[in-house]
Amino acid sequence: MSEDSIISLQNVNKWFGEFHVLKDVDLEVKKKERIVVCGPSGSGKSTMIRCINRLEEHQEGTIIVDGIELTGNLKNIDSVRKEVGMVFQQFNLFPHLSVKENITLAPIWVKKMPKAEAEELAMQQLEIVKIPEQADKYPGQLSGGQQQRVAIARSLAMKPNIMLFDEPTSALDPEMIKEVLDVMIDLAEGGMTMIVVTHEMGFAKTVADRMVFMDEGRIVEQAEPDKFFNNPESDRTKLFLSQILNH
Amino acid sequence: MNDITESRKPPVATTGILGWFRMNLFSNWVNSLISLFVLYILYQFIPWILNWTIFAADFKYNFNGEEIINREMCSRVLDPENGGACWAIIYVRFYQFMYGFYPRDEVWRVNLSYIMLAVAVVPLLFDKFPFRKHFLKFTYVFPIIAFFLLNGGLGLDPVSTNKWGGLLVTLVLGCTGIALAFPLGIILALGRRSNLPVISMMCTLFIEFIRGVPLITLLFFGMVMLPLFLPEGIDMDGLARVLVAVTLFQSAYMAEVIRGGLQAIPQGQYEAARSIGLSYWQMNMKVVLPQAIRISIPSIVNTSIGLFKDTTLVIIVGLLDLLGIGRGALADTTWLGLAYEVYFFVSLVFFIFTFGMSRYSLYLEKKLKTGINMGAD
Repeated sequence: MSEDSIISLQNVNKWFGEFHVLKDVDLEVKKKERIVVCGPSGSGKSTMIRCINRLEEHQEGTIIVDGIELTGNLKNIDSVRKEVGMVFQQFNLFPHLSVKENITLAPIWVKKMPKAEAEELAMQQLEIVKIPEQADKYPGQLSGGQQQRVAIARSLAMKPNIMLFDEPTSALDPEMIKEVLDVMIDLAEGGMTMIVVTHEMGFAKTVADRMVFMDEGRIVEQAEPDKFFNNPESDRTKLFLSQILNH
Repeated sequence: MNDITESRKPPVATTGILGWFRMNLFSNWVNSLISLFVLYILYQFIPWILNWTIFAADFKYNFNGEEIINREMCSRVLDPENGGACWAIIYVRFYQFMYGFYPRDEVWRVNLSYIMLAVAVVPLLFDKFPFRKHFLKFTYVFPIIAFFLLNGGLGLDPVSTNKWGGLLVTLVLGCTGIALAFPLGIILALGRRSNLPVISMMCTLFIEFIRGVPLITLLFFGMVMLPLFLPEGIDMDGLARVLVAVTLFQSAYMAEVIRGGLQAIPQGQYEAARSIGLSYWQMNMKVVLPQAIRISIPSIVNTSIGLFKDTTLVIIVGLLDLLGIGRGALADTTWLGLAYEVYFFVSLVFFIFTFGMSRYSLYLEKKLKTGINMGAD
């Protein structure tokens, strides 16, 4: 593993039953680097980032996050989860809690922060995602775009060093995609280490330091956006790009 | 001419009382016929039942103005044509129905417990209750206070539980069974879904065993077999043994009800809770269970009502609950033959409690629906 890597996957293999989802995956992510992962569905991109905060368990290889190796050791998993925030395709807000309570839950219970301080923190995070006025509503009363921004605020409240995004805009109506991407761009400009699984190629071109293309469980190609979009090496990448860019 | 954005009033005949009648009772000729038939039945039945239970009924005195002391003095025995219910049997035995054979000098302890039960439960049920937090502290210590108050100790004369009876036994069994089975059921439900095979297997075995056995068997088990498992010299109280059986029985059912709720929680909720760093217990207590229990409320109340009524089975192991006292009253030769009155009264008392529970569950469902769209994701 190179010295300035904050995330390092070496030779990672994973199976779902008989199905080989991740095949010899190697990935190094540097501090403050923004990675966009793309690829056809079923290519293992979600599984890969879910392995990084141990929502999925890998069976072979090593994953090291911020100097902590992910093994069966529960303490390590807990400390990695405190470092890594995650945003899901389906938002996964807690529907029985208000927006503010969604955000303060982890600071209060995991970091043992006093309630007043946590609420102040929650309001700061809501300012960052530009919806402080929704603090007392419930998730069911918000639009999809607003819900996803609350989900981002909820992750940010734990002050993670790394943010993982698992197709954050795929479940959104087209007119709401931009508001979520804008928040993510702000975050990237603020220097957050990010791994984003997305099909939003416009976003990738603006934000990504590096593109990662996956197919059938393997990382097929890694390159800077400029090279990736204009001069990809592999035929598989060319085919994929032609399919998603020309419509 | 109507402007295109102007909204018109609905047709007169579809609103108001008349509209309601038309829509719901007389929408076509079949419905009209059924409605008329049902109205006719109600017209025949309601006056009769009101007359029998209230207007023609004896309470303390019969129609000659004499105080009723045995069945021969009941108006309906003296005049079967015109006499209504003879509530005197309830009146005379009211003490037993409420307290069993609890000593009269000590009955203030039961009454105080009843009042404290209300003070403990009402704030628990309504989250807008003023100073609820402080009341809830009382709710937690109430079982301990009630135990000493009813049972004796701490300077109070002991009252053996075989003197307890009537509503007292019904409420002790019902409330304790429901209150203890709820946390036990949650633990069993979580245990059954645990990733640790030993825990999951033990919980599954326990639940399936208890559910596969009739409550009566468990009651006999508690009465006869439980003492065999206890170390020698420790004699467990009869009521306590029954309580153990009732609680185990109820917790197995509660566990399955809550497990049903847990299964309805999407995987994403667990993942989100885990990804923000919550531990297993934090995730369950703060994220999963509040939602799962909310979904299960109708079934939780349903099994609780079931248990409350099933407590009447303790009669076969010799405890006299409300129904047991009623049957005792019927066996008394001075009151022989007043079964209608006794069963009506016992049913009414049960109905008041169970109907209250059922209404409360509806209230909860309605309240939890507003503002929270559970299906949003």
